[in-house]
Amino acid sequence: MLEAAQAAEPGRSLWQDAWARLRRNRMAVFGGAALIVIAGLSFFGPLLLSHSYEAQNLVLGAAPPSGEHLLGTDKLGRDQLARVLYGGRVSLLVGLAATAVSLTIGLLWGCTAGYLGGRVDAVMMRTVDILYALPFTIFVILLMTVFGRNFILLFVAIGAVEWLTMARIVRGQVLALKRQEFIEAAIALGLRKRRIIVRHMIPNVLGPVAVYTTLTIPAVMLLEAFLSFLGLGVQPPMSSWGLLIKEGAEMMEEAPWLLLYPAAFFTLTLFSLNFLGDGLRDALDVRASKD
Amino acid sequence: MLQFIARRVLGTIPVLFIVATITFFMMKAVPGGPLDTEKNVPAEIRQQIEAFYGLDLPLWQQYASYMGNLLRGDLGPSFKHANRSVNELIAAALPVSLELGGIALAIALAIGVTLGIAAAVRQNTWIDYLASSSAMVGICMPTFVLGPLLVLAFALHLEQFNASGWDFPRDRVLPALTLGLVYAGYIARLTRGGMLEVLSQDFIRTARAKGASEARVVFIHALRGGLLPVVSFLGPAIAGILTGSFVIETIFNIPGLGKHFVTSVFNRDATLTIGTALFYATLIVLLNLAADIAQTWLNPKQRVQ
Repeated sequence: MLEAAQAAEPGRSLWQDAWARLRRNRMAVFGGAALIVIAGLSFFGPLLLSHSYEAQNLVLGAAPPSGEHLLGTDKLGRDQLARVLYGGRVSLLVGLAATAVSLTIGLLWGCTAGYLGGRVDAVMMRTVDILYALPFTIFVILLMTVFGRNFILLFVAIGAVEWLTMARIVRGQVLALKRQEFIEAAIALGLRKRRIIVRHMIPNVLGPVAVYTTLTIPAVMLLEAFLSFLGLGVQPPMSSWGLLIKEGAEMMEEAPWLLLYPAAFFTLTLFSLNFLGDGLRDALDVRASKD
Repeated sequence: MLQFIARRVLGTIPVLFIVATITFFMMKAVPGGPLDTEKNVPAEIRQQIEAFYGLDLPLWQQYASYMGNLLRGDLGPSFKHANRSVNELIAAALPVSLELGGIALAIALAIGVTLGIAAAVRQNTWIDYLASSSAMVGICMPTFVLGPLLVLAFALHLEQFNASGWDFPRDRVLPALTLGLVYAGYIARLTRGGMLEVLSQDFIRTARAKGASEARVVFIHALRGGLLPVVSFLGPAIAGILTGSFVIETIFNIPGLGKHFVTSVFNRDATLTIGTALFYATLIVLLNLAADIAQTWLNPKQRVQ
């Protein structure tokens, strides 16, 4: 009888545990599902549509939603549905790319500082502290003005704004991990530093990093939209949700649909990302969860 | 404590210096200046104008003279607004922005803290979900989305307010509401989290056991600790309200500092851009410092760093 009881429950890893808890969080699941739908529409939608996002139809002008143009057209007669979906592509891509930039810099910086410790750590974190005090938003605005509207520069600049907090979180995690016994054991076994970092540190750091990454993407998308709204980000005919919202706001009186749909997509995406991030945080950090 | 403050204040000086330098060189890298859009200017006049603005000096000299002026508090003449100095323009626009920011902050705190306390005290009831969802909406809807939507609803459809302008007291409502609601969301979440943490502590249990009324427990005992996360957020919040004012003032056509900053960037008005950028940067740095000091003063555990 005892053998049967012992054989029944296979062990669960941290990730399986977290996944089970995540699945139970309805808002997070909703967020994840919404994200997949939106991402799918954005990346594959434009391929299936009959209208291109840049084909103008000046005769039509800004027309309300109809059978032909499901979300209406903008002032140059471009199909709004295509523009919103294409804008989704750009916004999501910029979000992911900028987050990848900040993730890379922050992860490397934090891991190095945390693991090497001592003076290197002190210097590296002092730099972070000083950089933290600078109002990066203003710099990014100036940067985009000075160096023109280069698309790659856009997400490097945005990514450069967000890496600081990532570095701090990573360093904190690494510091906490360093004191754990399994790291001591690895050192005692004679593993080289690089192997310890790659094989033991990074997988354990991934938890909070994943959470924070999911929460950084909406922050980055907000910044991109903010810049585009001021005219400093993505330029027409490329569209991003920020740019579409700006154009919609300008034509608000005559053509409210131009504002409402991009705004709805944008807000829904941010919603989903935030819920997903919150859910991940609750799922992975046992102490912080409410149960 | 005083040592801590002194050290932090000294620490901000290199930061401000770096900000000034970076801003200066960035604007110098931008093509264009006071002579940009003018008609063909004869050579002697061009020389005179350049001499007036100091543009004919070598770069390092311009930098040195700019820094020198800065130390005296002189931000130089504006390139595009003839005959007006940057100091003048900032002085004229600042009260407007401060008013906007102040009202927005008040709204954010009033709504945010109230929602947060309500959510924490009635955790997991419909009040909690309502408050948390509203907070989430505030977080996910940026100012430039909320602003036009509010204008669409209240100014265009219901015709209660003007869509733009700053002439009447009524005009304060929509812009401040837009800016404030976003931060109300963050503050609500933070208050809820902070209150929940404090309410689960033993001393609250003691107070209840001693027969204190629920109101007393919440407002007199728990609130102080529960508001700590909000206080530490105030620094970034005010910085955010300041940068958020760029967009709000542009949308609602408010003659504030943010609008000056945005238009100066597009007009390539170098001195005005650097001046306003520097002003904002200094303000943000000082506010962060104040927030840090306030946080340390309120939470003795933080002093042991």
